[in-house]
Amino acid sequence: MKSKDRNYFKILRAGINTTYQDLGRNNLYHIGIPFSGAMDKRNFQLLNSLLQNDYNSSVIEFAYQGPHLKYFGKDIFFCISGNVSFKIITKEGVIDGNSYQCYLLKNGDEVDIHSTNKSVYGYFSINGTFGVDYYWGSCSINTQAQIGPNNGNKFSKDLEIEIIDINNSFNKRKLDYLGSTIENIRVIKGTNYDYFSESSQNKFFKESFKITKLSDRMGMRLEGPKIENIVDPNIKSEGLVKGVIQITSAGDPIIMLSDHGTIGGYPKIATVISADYDRLVQLTPGSNIKFKDVSLEDAETLYKLYQMETNNIISQIK
Amino acid sequence: MIKNILNLGDAALYCDFGSDVNQEINSNVIKYFYHIKKLNLKGITNLTPSYNKLIISYDLNIHSFLSLKKKIENIEIKENNKLEKNLIEIPVCCDNNFALDIKRVENKLKLKSEIILEKFFSKNYFCYMTGFVAGMPFLGDLEKDMRLKRLETPRVKVPKGSVGITEQFCNIYTFETPGGWNILGNTPQNIFDTSNQSNPNLVNPGDTIKFYRITLDQYNEIKR
Repeated sequence: MKSKDRNYFKILRAGINTTYQDLGRNNLYHIGIPFSGAMDKRNFQLLNSLLQNDYNSSVIEFAYQGPHLKYFGKDIFFCISGNVSFKIITKEGVIDGNSYQCYLLKNGDEVDIHSTNKSVYGYFSINGTFGVDYYWGSCSINTQAQIGPNNGNKFSKDLEIEIIDINNSFNKRKLDYLGSTIENIRVIKGTNYDYFSESSQNKFFKESFKITKLSDRMGMRLEGPKIENIVDPNIKSEGLVKGVIQITSAGDPIIMLSDHGTIGGYPKIATVISADYDRLVQLTPGSNIKFKDVSLEDAETLYKLYQMETNNIISQIK
Repeated sequence: MIKNILNLGDAALYCDFGSDVNQEINSNVIKYFYHIKKLNLKGITNLTPSYNKLIISYDLNIHSFLSLKKKIENIEIKENNKLEKNLIEIPVCCDNNFALDIKRVENKLKLKSEIILEKFFSKNYFCYMTGFVAGMPFLGDLEKDMRLKRLETPRVKVPKGSVGITEQFCNIYTFETPGGWNILGNTPQNIFDTSNQSNPNLVNPGDTIKFYRITLDQYNEIKR
C-alpha cells in the first residue's frame, strides 16, 4: 500500500495496558486458552453501536491511562466508551472530549486519552475496521499466552494501527449515558462453599473486601477478613470459569477474570453472577467490595434484565 | 457415568464424575468431552475436562441451567467406546542449568539424582488434561517413591519448556509462567504452536507420553 493511501494511527504513547479486543474466543478452555475479549462487554457493545460497526468488530481497550494517538489519512470519526478523560488536538486547538460522542479526525489530528475516571477500562474505535489478524476467530490479544495480533503483546510506542476500511455512509451519533455503578457484587455460592467455617461463610457476606493492586485482566486479588478453610486448602485441579472466586491457601479471595488460567486447584467459595461482571471489572484497586448471595434462578433473571437494560441504552443512541 | 450435575455460577454446568484421580474416571471424562464436542450443540461456549470433572460453559441467552442439564443427562455413551490414544515422544535435557530443583528432589525423596532420573524416564505417562495455560499437559502417574509436594514458595517465572513433577503428576511448562512444580529438566520441543490453529497442542487428553533423555549438545541442535 502506498503511504499516501494509508489510513492509520501512530502511537505516541501506548498507555498502561492497551490491546485489541472483541467478544473473545470460545471452545478453547480444554487446551488452556481462556475467552479473553473486552472486559466490559456493555461498553464494548455501546461503542460498536455508536459507530454503526458490526457487533463483534475489534476495538482498542485501555486500562487506567490510555494511548496518545496521531492520525494520518482521510477524514474519519472516532468514539470512546467508558468513563474516560481525553483531549482532541487539532490545528484549531485543543478540546476536552466526551465519552459516547463521535468526533471527526483529520490528517495530523491527535487523540490523547489521559485516564479512565473511577473505573479501570475504556474503549476506543472508529467508523471502520482495524487491520488485525484473527486467531481462533478472534482478534483479542491475550498477553499472558501471547495470542493475538501484534504477536500477542500489548501496544507499544511507535506502533502503527492500520485502518483497512472506512464506513463512508456513517452518520455522527451520540448517547447520553453516565455509566452504571453497583453497590454489592452478587454471587452464587460455589461448589466448595462447605470447605469454609461457618464464621468465615458469614464474614464473606457481611464484611467488605478491598481490591488490591495485584489485579489485571487475569484476576482480581482481594484482601479482608481471612477465610478459614476447615477441609483442605487444595482441591484436585479442575476447570474454572470467569467470575469464580477461589480462596488461596493464605485465606484470601481471588476472582477469575477474562484472561484467567483455565484450571485451578483452590476451593471455590462463590461465583460472580453474569449480570454483575461488567461492573465488577470496572472497580479500581483500593475500593471495597461487598458480596451478596443470590439464587441461580434470580441470577438468570437478573442477566435477562441486564441485557434488556443494555438494549434499552442502545435504543437511545441518536 | 456422571454422578451429579451442579451449577458453577449461572453460566456453567459442573459435571462430577467422582472424587478419585485415576485413569478410569478420567477416561470417562474425556469420552464425554469428545462426545459433547462432536455434537456441536448451539450455545455451548466451552468444555473443560479435568481429572474427574467436566465443566460445560454456556451462553445464558440460549440455555438455562435446568434445560441444558436435562440435555446432558440424556446423553448416552457406550461403556466400550474406545478412546483414541497417541504415543508421543518428547526429548528432555537434564543439564544442571535446566534441572532447577534436582537437589531439592534428592533431599526430599532421599534418592540420588541418577536414580531419580532413571525412574522418571523409565515410565510412560498418561495425559489427564491440558490447560491452566495454553497447551500445558497434566501427566501421570509417578511411582509412589517419586512423589513430593510443590515448592513452598512458587517461582515467579518458570522457564518455558521446563519439565516438573509434583505429587503423582508431571507437566511441561508451555510458556514462561509462575509455578511451583519441582523442575527436573527442559524440553527443546515446542508443545504449543499458536500458528497451528487446527491442532495447536502437541499433547491432548488421553495421549501417552514417553520422555527420553538428551544431552545439552542434542538440546542445542534441536533448538537451532
